[in-house]
Amino acid sequence: MAEMPIDIAATPSAPIEERITFRDRTPMEAIVAYCRRNPNVVIGLSMIVTLLLISAVGPLFVDTTQADPLSALPAQSPSRHYLLGTDDQGRNLLAVMIAGLPDTLRIGFLAGAIGLGVGIILGFVSGYLGGVVDAVIRIAVDTLLTLPGILILITVAASIRTFISVNIMALVIASLAWRQPTRIIRAQVLTMRERAYVQVARRSGMNTPEIMVREMLPNLFPFLAASFVGAVFGAILFSIGLEALGLGPQNQPTLGMTIYWGIRFNALLRGMWWWWLPPIIMLVVLFFGLLLLTIGLDEIANPRLRRTA
Amino acid sequence: MTALLEARNVTKVFGGGLLTKTRTVALENFSLAIGNSPPSFTAVVGESGSGKTTLARILLGLTAPTSGEVLYQGKDVRHMSRAEHRTYLREVQVVFQDPYEVYNPFYNVDHVLETPIAKFGLAHSHKERRALIEEALQAVGLRPEETLGRFPHQLSGGQRQRIMVARALLLRPRIIIADEPVSMVDASLRATILKSLSNLNQQFGISFIYITHDLTTAYQVSENIIVLYRGAVAEAGDVEQVVQDPQHPYTQLLVGSIPLPDPHHPWAEAKAPAGIGTPTAESCKFTDRCPYAMPMCVEQQPALFRTDPRRVSACYLYRDAPAIKPEELTNIFAGTPTGTLQDHVAADG
Amino acid sequence: MTAEMRPLTSTQQTDALRVEELRVYYHTPRGAVRAVDGVTFDLKPHERLGFVGESGSGKTTIAMALIRLIKPPGKIEGGRVLLEETDVLALSDEQMRQLRLADIAMVAQGAMNSLNPVRRVRDQIADALIDHGTRISRREMETRIAELLRRVGLKTEVANMFPHELSGGMKQRVVIAIAISLRPRVIIADEPTSALDVVVQRQIMETLREVQDDLGASVILIGHDMGLMAQFVTRLGVMYAGKLVELGSVTNLFDEPLHPYAQLLIGSLPSLEHKGAFEGIPGVPPSLLDRPSGCPFRTRCPHAFDRCASEEPLLREVHPGHWVSCHLY
Repeated sequence: MAEMPIDIAATPSAPIEERITFRDRTPMEAIVAYCRRNPNVVIGLSMIVTLLLISAVGPLFVDTTQADPLSALPAQSPSRHYLLGTDDQGRNLLAVMIAGLPDTLRIGFLAGAIGLGVGIILGFVSGYLGGVVDAVIRIAVDTLLTLPGILILITVAASIRTFISVNIMALVIASLAWRQPTRIIRAQVLTMRERAYVQVARRSGMNTPEIMVREMLPNLFPFLAASFVGAVFGAILFSIGLEALGLGPQNQPTLGMTIYWGIRFNALLRGMWWWWLPPIIMLVVLFFGLLLLTIGLDEIANPRLRRTA
Repeated sequence: MTALLEARNVTKVFGGGLLTKTRTVALENFSLAIGNSPPSFTAVVGESGSGKTTLARILLGLTAPTSGEVLYQGKDVRHMSRAEHRTYLREVQVVFQDPYEVYNPFYNVDHVLETPIAKFGLAHSHKERRALIEEALQAVGLRPEETLGRFPHQLSGGQRQRIMVARALLLRPRIIIADEPVSMVDASLRATILKSLSNLNQQFGISFIYITHDLTTAYQVSENIIVLYRGAVAEAGDVEQVVQDPQHPYTQLLVGSIPLPDPHHPWAEAKAPAGIGTPTAESCKFTDRCPYAMPMCVEQQPALFRTDPRRVSACYLYRDAPAIKPEELTNIFAGTPTGTLQDHVAADG
Repeated sequence: MTAEMRPLTSTQQTDALRVEELRVYYHTPRGAVRAVDGVTFDLKPHERLGFVGESGSGKTTIAMALIRLIKPPGKIEGGRVLLEETDVLALSDEQMRQLRLADIAMVAQGAMNSLNPVRRVRDQIADALIDHGTRISRREMETRIAELLRRVGLKTEVANMFPHELSGGMKQRVVIAIAISLRPRVIIADEPTSALDVVVQRQIMETLREVQDDLGASVILIGHDMGLMAQFVTRLGVMYAGKLVELGSVTNLFDEPLHPYAQLLIGSLPSLEHKGAFEGIPGVPPSLLDRPSGCPFRTRCPHAFDRCASEEPLLREVHPGHWVSCHLY
């Protein structure tokens, strides 16, 4: 009997409902079923991917040098030539959108990646080794988590005002982004450490780093994904916050700085909606997409939230 | 028999520190030596709380004893060199109870078979590796084409457990510790798995420590048996003698409570406890349930009385028989060279 | 099967339970899993009936169906369940709720782990009584609870304790006490001793027997331990792949099993009397989704012949009181 479409004998004495699993689908069927169960992930991902496409393909259609000041007549309302008009310093705002989006995304992903990377290392070390090392890391993380991130960032950003660039911003934000991932991963590692398959792996001759990478890490993918998206979300939020306060890169047309300049030059009162509205719309789409993605991934990471098929 | 794996005066206590009030003695002054020339099959039988799982974990080095030592080839497992430790890891293998938890859900079942081969360098080519795996699977009665490449949830509990046995075999260990290997497997598949264990013992010369609460299967596959009660040895020896003619009142209770699959043989009359008084930490642990309890049972835990060359009972009912020290427990099992006790002790010292 | 009730001549002849062609299917996107596929049996008053089978045989599903606790995607597809004269499947949800515990009680698998950990034993028993409309004074309740605990062999002090303070055996006794609190006529016990050791198991089964005698109730015991069946039940049914393949008195079944599966099952039991070659049953149980035609056991049966593949055998009374579904008879 080679085919067992339903795993009846998996756990003896378990009620039949628990033992019915369906794994022999084709990959396509599995993906479709997954999408149906997790619309959040699909919608969120589509929104993000759309924005990524815009930032990648946009420069082919729009001349991004026009994002610099004095590219066009200042304070023009939208017209055929300048679809989103211009700002007080003569920037073509459509070019600004196209040029600014990748910067915002870059800050988010860079800070998110660094935060996750540090989080993985600290979380594994802390969770697996235990003892004093764990105590030190855990106390550090818990303490740092109580500090209000925005306050720290404003202080740091204000001190290095003139040196700030997009990459430096990412680093500044990343310095805080590792806190939550460390906690999440540490908790998971603590659970996995006691699992029987880890003990079997050790008895099969695997050493500790190998066990961490080959046995534990793959099972963490849902958590890592959720942590990453969360970190990206937080990073972009912080960066926009800093920029809107004017603490971002002064010479680069990021979305947040555009908002700042718009506030500074009273675009709202002057009815220059083409200045402050486009960046906001773009940011709303970005945040909403990340939010949906977070909710969707959270369902995977936390099976109790899963809706029954 | 030269001892390979040895537990010497192992005691394990849980709790009793600053944070936990209750102090539980999981294992008390337990000693056992297992070798594999000739290979032996020893069952450790007991109920939950008997200490049998703790014993398995200590022998495997997963838990450290509170006092006493575990030695492999004469060296304490906590103070081994890297190479010695690797030898210990390889030559003492394990089969765990839960056939699901032992598989990493991310990988298919090939993973548990390929990992030991890779880590211990057992094969030098892809073909060699495949051959080793197939041989091991066939030795436990599985067909490679039906098992390899599958994920754990696609196989039955019995198949998964057999793959685990195949994995243990791959490493050509000297000793396998099987902790309740069939208790989570369907009744009709248990026999096949136990038979494969028996096979490995006879064909491949591997000694087994079979930990279980099921006296019947212990009887069927083992030659030696140790009955544990609340962390101490109640009775031990040749399995035929102990099961057919149990001496310790606990063993008698155990054997008598097994439901025989024969409606014409109902449970025998259960004897009421003697009600001699409440036991203390020094008493025989079975005092409060024992129908034959005497005042001396409350005073002190009985020694191991050797009522027969091949068995001991820790019960004052047999106090006329010579007592042996816990370290000498191994002498009663099959395969121990004959000779006086002093000879044996001298050889070790 | 006709829908009319059978005429009853005297209460002595009323079966405690009659089950006719019970079918329980689980509806999955891949089709219907036939967990219980046309099972018919009766339970006499004061009787102890056992159902034995491997996992996937349907025995637990029967228990859940009898007290109507089958949840979607499972559904009771057909058949009749008559508790004395009441058609259980036709009752409303509210009526069924009243019936449960008062007339037919269940000790489920792992029930001892579902005792509320933050309430004392006394409160949990009282809850069951109050829920079913028992209106008695506090003092009477205390007496009732003490009486129930005594009946299951527990000391009165246990009433004040929390579940985590009790051993596994004691918790299971509390569960039995709750089950008998309203004096049901039928008690269903599904693997009541699976997590307990052999010594405690015997005590629990003896308690169950005393309790049954006391109440004059009938018991259905569900499990996979043939030894336990031999020691406890008076009649035994063997389940395989959702079907009842043999049903008879426990002595007949063990002395002279008729169905090849029962024969193999009994033959494979390891004995405590002599070491011998003990064999399992080769092969694997069939998938309940895609059942092969004819007899479900034919792929593993040593006596299978042509008719077994084409025609499904029916449960027939081959000797008085001994029913088999097999083409050999």
